[in-house]
Amino acid sequence: MLLSTLQTPRSLSRLSLTRHSHSYTSRASLTDQTPTLTTSPPPHSEILSTRQTLLSRRASAADLALSRLAHLRLAEPRLRAFLHLPDDDALLAQARRVDARIAAGDDPGPLAGVLIGVKDNICTKDMPSTGGSRVLAGYRPPFDATAVKRVRELGGIVVGKTNMDEFGMGSTTEASAFQVTANPWDESRVPGGSSGGSAAAVSARQCVVSLGSDTGGSVRQPASFCGVVGLKPTYGRVSRFGLMAYASSLDTIGCFGSSVADTGILLHAIAGHDRFDATSSKQDVPDFQSHFVSVSSLESKPLKGLRVGLIRETIDKGVDAGVISAIRAAAMHFEELGCSVNEVSLPSFSLGLPAYYILAVSESSSNLSRYDGIRYGNQVYADELDSLYGGSRAEGFGSEVKMRILMGTYALSAGYYDAYYKRAQQVRTIIRNSFKEALSQNDILISPAAPSAAYKIGEKKNDPLAMYAGDIMTVNVNLAGLPALVLPCGFVEDGPAGLPVGLQMIGAAFNEGELLRVGHIFEQTLENCRFVPPFVADDDIAF
Amino acid sequence: MASAIFRSFQVHPFLLYPSTLLRQRNGVYHLTTKATQSQTDTQQRQPQTKVSTSSTQSKKLDKIPKNYEAIIGIETHVQLSTLTKAFCGCPYHYGSPPNSSICPICMGLPGALPVLNSKVIEFAVKLGLALNCNLAFNSKFDRKQYFYPDLPKGYQISQFDVPIASAGFLDVDIPVEFGGGHKRFGITRVHMEEDAGKLLHAENGNYSQVDLNRAGVPLLEIVSEPDMRNGIEAAEYAAELQRLVRYLGVSNGNMQEGSLRCDVNVSIRPIGQSKFGTKVEIKNLNSFSSVTRAIDYEISRQVQLHSQGQEDQIVQETRLWEEGSQASAIFFRTITMRKKEGLADYRYFPEPDLPAVILSQEYVDDIIKSLPELPEIKRRRYEQMGLSMQDVLFLANDKNIAEFFDATLAKGADPKLVANWIMSDIAAFMKNEKLTINEIKLTPEELSELIASIKGGTISGKIGKEVLFELLAKGGTVKGLIEKKDLVQIVDPVEIEKMVEKVIAENPKQVEQYRGGKTKLQGFFAGQVMKLSKGKANPGLLNRILLEKLNSKS
Repeated sequence: MLLSTLQTPRSLSRLSLTRHSHSYTSRASLTDQTPTLTTSPPPHSEILSTRQTLLSRRASAADLALSRLAHLRLAEPRLRAFLHLPDDDALLAQARRVDARIAAGDDPGPLAGVLIGVKDNICTKDMPSTGGSRVLAGYRPPFDATAVKRVRELGGIVVGKTNMDEFGMGSTTEASAFQVTANPWDESRVPGGSSGGSAAAVSARQCVVSLGSDTGGSVRQPASFCGVVGLKPTYGRVSRFGLMAYASSLDTIGCFGSSVADTGILLHAIAGHDRFDATSSKQDVPDFQSHFVSVSSLESKPLKGLRVGLIRETIDKGVDAGVISAIRAAAMHFEELGCSVNEVSLPSFSLGLPAYYILAVSESSSNLSRYDGIRYGNQVYADELDSLYGGSRAEGFGSEVKMRILMGTYALSAGYYDAYYKRAQQVRTIIRNSFKEALSQNDILISPAAPSAAYKIGEKKNDPLAMYAGDIMTVNVNLAGLPALVLPCGFVEDGPAGLPVGLQMIGAAFNEGELLRVGHIFEQTLENCRFVPPFVADDDIAF
Repeated sequence: MASAIFRSFQVHPFLLYPSTLLRQRNGVYHLTTKATQSQTDTQQRQPQTKVSTSSTQSKKLDKIPKNYEAIIGIETHVQLSTLTKAFCGCPYHYGSPPNSSICPICMGLPGALPVLNSKVIEFAVKLGLALNCNLAFNSKFDRKQYFYPDLPKGYQISQFDVPIASAGFLDVDIPVEFGGGHKRFGITRVHMEEDAGKLLHAENGNYSQVDLNRAGVPLLEIVSEPDMRNGIEAAEYAAELQRLVRYLGVSNGNMQEGSLRCDVNVSIRPIGQSKFGTKVEIKNLNSFSSVTRAIDYEISRQVQLHSQGQEDQIVQETRLWEEGSQASAIFFRTITMRKKEGLADYRYFPEPDLPAVILSQEYVDDIIKSLPELPEIKRRRYEQMGLSMQDVLFLANDKNIAEFFDATLAKGADPKLVANWIMSDIAAFMKNEKLTINEIKLTPEELSELIASIKGGTISGKIGKEVLFELLAKGGTVKGLIEKKDLVQIVDPVEIEKMVEKVIAENPKQVEQYRGGKTKLQGFFAGQVMKLSKGKANPGLLNRILLEKLNSKS
């Protein structure tokens, strides 16, 4: 298997910007040809190479952690991706446990020595977990989220808590109560959101992989903006226990990696039933790694027979031309790999955005009630109970959160429930059915992950509707509860080195394995595209 | 919610830091919030309406003036006796130290999720079936949202539009002393929900503390139809509900501990009027007698206002029942707790953290099979044995007594005889010794044996009583006691004759008097013979032989 061999350090050369310049028609003529295999090395698995390094005793987990941490700290002042970093001793203690297991001849676990960033709305024991909100400033949970617990049990090292839009409400990470994170591809741009910190940290190689959360696209859109792989699992695939709830029926914990393989390995680590989450599924978790096919053993048409549906509504008006051409090029690439690509229409697609916002804000208005200043978090001095509540919440929440709580409270109020919440639920059923139908005729559906590449910090801050509109590509998938993999597929010309464009692949429920298999082949065969931001190349840091 | 009784709420400066809010001491969390002095004084105590009947409470039913009728409905919360709370693994024990039985889930910490304890559904189905309800095979949980410091998540997990059981009824036999009769009260719905925590107010009123031990404890809320017409009916309904949950083993039904809580709704209207009067809710009823008294008080209050043309002063509100003594005067009253300003909007919506509650027919059938004989069926069965209603109610209304009774019958004893023994000597013993039937040493087997021994003539009824008290206090077996104490009845005429002759020989003066016409002395002789036989002589035989001897003038 390809991934079992350690590869040479990746080339950190500047990337080629040729991909987006291919036109759909000129590439179409190439479909009959054998695709030329990539000349630059494809993304490899950092997790597996870390494991090899450790098992061959070429470096200890402590050494690796220290060198990673040094890079992380170097990059941090410019990126501001982390809200909390443990001190070196705490981190080294985790690494030394891994080293001790290796020294004892025990299997250190599939995530041994892997530095993992964790979004700040995922609870970590004895580490601050604020959800990006002032209302929880300084709050330290007494327990690890199930996903974090599993990651730690498998040898992973939690390197820090990543920045995010407050409680996941935002698409730029600007709604964090604490700091604004920069996009490693262009520091004047947003990393996307709400898992912007997790995406930027992986993009800038501050950590190997990271956990995020995706309620309406919060893993996939920042993955697209930062040029990394982002996976939103099927609803119920990963336990939500320990994830601060935003919209419970839509929330999922997702994974970021710099390769499909790493993303899949991380998902495998955290997926599966959890008795502490009644909505977690008992479906078996297949070994995603075994689905990966080595690039050297790929046939000329490795995806022959795969039916790919390009969602017509996602390459329509309102989507940047550069994004559309990158996606069309990706579609061409699928054809080169032997897929049949057809455009499919999902007439209910445009209904997703309003339905999503009604349901998400309704549930959030309820989920955020617990931040009342009584038991934990921010509490103001007040003469009477109502003022204590009002003051604590007024001071603790940011404006975006307040707006959504107000909207959600309105939507659930007597007399409005039927017109808003109930209707949105009906729309959700329609959307779910239309995806089911489309996925019965196609093996996967593809679309852009966002209508544009990363935009400037501050550009949409005062225009919430424009920002909400940016979620059009992703919210439907949450409403349908389906898995989706976003991987970088090309660039638009902008910023100092071009800006990455993410391709979204949507699969049938619990079929992450197929998405990862296809994504892995796509990634390994994509020509002349290296998704390492200039930020990393500038620092010239090799791992 | 009782938001009005907790109006003032102030935070002490040292509590501004979250770390002091949740102090862990000896493994016990202390959740503290501070309130102002005025906190307890803000209860809207209305000037007490002077009602003439208020101090002369009696059990009579004729208190409602003949030209009015009262409409009463009851909401009952029953705390389920599951081993753990509804949505987490914490146990619940009444009276344990504050915040000693809490976890991230019942504290509502960020990221914590509820997972339903399946026993809650089982208990709800049991009670739903016992209340003759229709079960919802596909129901769900909803969130009921409001802010209060004892509600950690800011919402209560409850059931809104699809309760697990609905449209049932409860049959009640009104005790003979209250007029008797059989009543059927409608049950509107039964739904599952979680309990909230408790606020502990400092005596000086300076602060309040939150105890979350009770938060997340499973409850069933049972809503009755407005079918009761007076306090007794309401109290009997509540008592029957208590019996039912105890029979089913779903709750200890203890009102003092708050395991069974009744809120009653009372309105009155002139007879003949079809429109309902304004309904008033009464809380803080922690015994059946307070249910009776509070309702009858409230009816009187409303009737008085209505009859004086002040019906506009009957407003939709929640009133607290207070009873106690002040300056050696006993008082009962209901006082205003809060006025309702329109309907509260709880913004219910389906709980997304919990899957739908789906019941299969097989699951329900298994529960039906497991149901015990319920009080109503038991009463009808006892009635058919020919027992009086008074006996029926005494025996059937206490689950343990009924079990004892049935176990005794199972050994072949005659129902009426068993009932007599239990209702008289055994009940008296339990009352004197303050014991329950489970605590006495007598077993149903031995009671049955005792009755059989008397009936079969092995021992006399008199000896039987002695044996009974021995068994009640010390235990043992009837046979063992008879043997040990040599209590077998003497039925041998020769032996009795000898004793009779001995008594006659020893009391010549009395014999003379008897034979001189003072026949009353027969009792004296019988007593002497019985004494001689240590009570074992068969009384019939004794008297026959005694008379023979006394009258034979030999």
